Amino acid sequence: MSPTLIIRRIVKPVVFLAALGPFTWLVYNAFWGDLGVNPVETITNYSGIWTLRFIAITLALTPLRWITGFNPLALFRRMMGLFAFFYGSLHFMTYFILDHSLQFAGVWDDVVKRPYITAGFTAFVLMVPLALTSTQGWIRRLGGKRWNLLHRLIYITAVGAVLHYMWKVKLDTGYPTYYAVLVGVLLGARVWQRMGRRAVAARTVPVRREA
Amino acid sequence: MLIKKAPDIRESEVTPRSWYVRRREFLQVAGSTAVAVAAGAAGPIFDGTATALAQNPAAQKLENLRKSPLSVTDEKLNSYKDVTTYNNFYEFGLDKGDPARYAGSLKPRPWSVVVEGQCGKPGTYNMEDIMKWFPLEERIYRMRCVEAWSMVIPWVGFPMADFVKRFEPTSKAKFVKMTTLVDTKQMPGQTEPALPWPYVEGLRMDEAMHPLTIMAVGLYGEVLPNQNGAPIRLVVPWKYGFKGVKSIVRVSFEENEPLNTWKRMQSREYGFYANVNPAVDHPRWSQATERRIGEFFKRKTLPFNGYADQVASLYAGMDLSKFY
Repeated sequence: MSPTLIIRRIVKPVVFLAALGPFTWLVYNAFWGDLGVNPVETITNYSGIWTLRFIAITLALTPLRWITGFNPLALFRRMMGLFAFFYGSLHFMTYFILDHSLQFAGVWDDVVKRPYITAGFTAFVLMVPLALTSTQGWIRRLGGKRWNLLHRLIYITAVGAVLHYMWKVKLDTGYPTYYAVLVGVLLGARVWQRMGRRAVAARTVPVRREA
Repeated sequence: MLIKKAPDIRESEVTPRSWYVRRREFLQVAGSTAVAVAAGAAGPIFDGTATALAQNPAAQKLENLRKSPLSVTDEKLNSYKDVTTYNNFYEFGLDKGDPARYAGSLKPRPWSVVVEGQCGKPGTYNMEDIMKWFPLEERIYRMRCVEAWSMVIPWVGFPMADFVKRFEPTSKAKFVKMTTLVDTKQMPGQTEPALPWPYVEGLRMDEAMHPLTIMAVGLYGEVLPNQNGAPIRLVVPWKYGFKGVKSIVRVSFEENEPLNTWKRMQSREYGFYANVNPAVDHPRWSQATERRIGEFFKRKTLPFNGYADQVASLYAGMDLSKFY
């Protein structure tokens, strides 16, 4: 089997199942009544943290590709991004159904009034067009350039998700800070890479002219 | 119902163990036919039925408890497990499971309480003696956390008014300040500067003397478990839970309003009064609703946590959005 085939037929299904792990954990423990004294809080926190983790994993793939030169990493961006959306949807639906009994007015009230909800809601809503346009068909329809531009929305989602977490906690800012740094590094890597490329371009242009 | 009988006849004595084990099995089978989401909803229901009765066999029982007309009568009690494994007590860590996990290092006996300030009988009092001063009562109260969750808890204790009167506060005593133990060996969470230790809380004198305010020394008919603030703590049912200072070592009668820990941390978010008030939101989240532990949908939060008839008059004329 060619390396691409190994990735497609073996590695991808394994990664897919692994990414379902947290969801499986939730369902398993919900079934056995082992989600703790406040199960709704457990589901909310757990789906929330996994959303943030998958956002971070999605954002990490490209810088990792630069560092390692292992290009097949790019093949996992869509799957990881869609898992971020999956866990984000679970997180949002828990809040929408169990905190607000499906009343959109209550959600809107929170969005307008509470910064941590504003940030979290924005992060979630911006993931919707990304999930919808994640197919080959949409990449073709939009054209690579426009599609890439649209999918930079994930940067805003990442920042929104971190702020959402940071503004929610009462005292324990340790984990939110950790994720803020992580997302900062991943976004910073992109800025740094772009500046590097520009610097390289600036240096190489005159050389080319001489040649 | 359980609520009326709790201290005399526990449900474990009434319901044969095999019945509730079978009930649990039945529910699990029923649950297995449901879809995953429904199973999620059913899960904690089994949890409630099966563990409601798991009290601590090693704990000292508190006998001859008086009933109180001030107890809640029409609401379902939270299980012993709910009450003792899910709470905030940052002296043992920031997670709500940490107190139950780490409070074993606390030594609630021997214990003494220092009484000082504007009173006729300052001194150091032994917990053993304090336990004999007053007849113990059961008080079933709603407990509303500032984080928007709530429980119904069968406390055991005595009116704070009786406790206060013993020390003969002078006319200068306008406030009572209460302080938690500081000891990093017994309270490992205190090695982290999560909060400025010691934890301090206070009440206005009329709040302290109100018949609803109690000093709790037990719950579920047993001596207070370490994680719930052994051996003695404050319970003020119409205020957010953080007013209920735990493991008290110092009671001080003061002329001026003491600066309580959470107000000191974030005065914009937490005040001195901390009365449960659905109309005044926490700056970051709503206080209009709460999740009663054991329920799935949120319920409406009541003014003064449902004790408005008894306590609203204490705050007549005060702007409660300013004095939150």
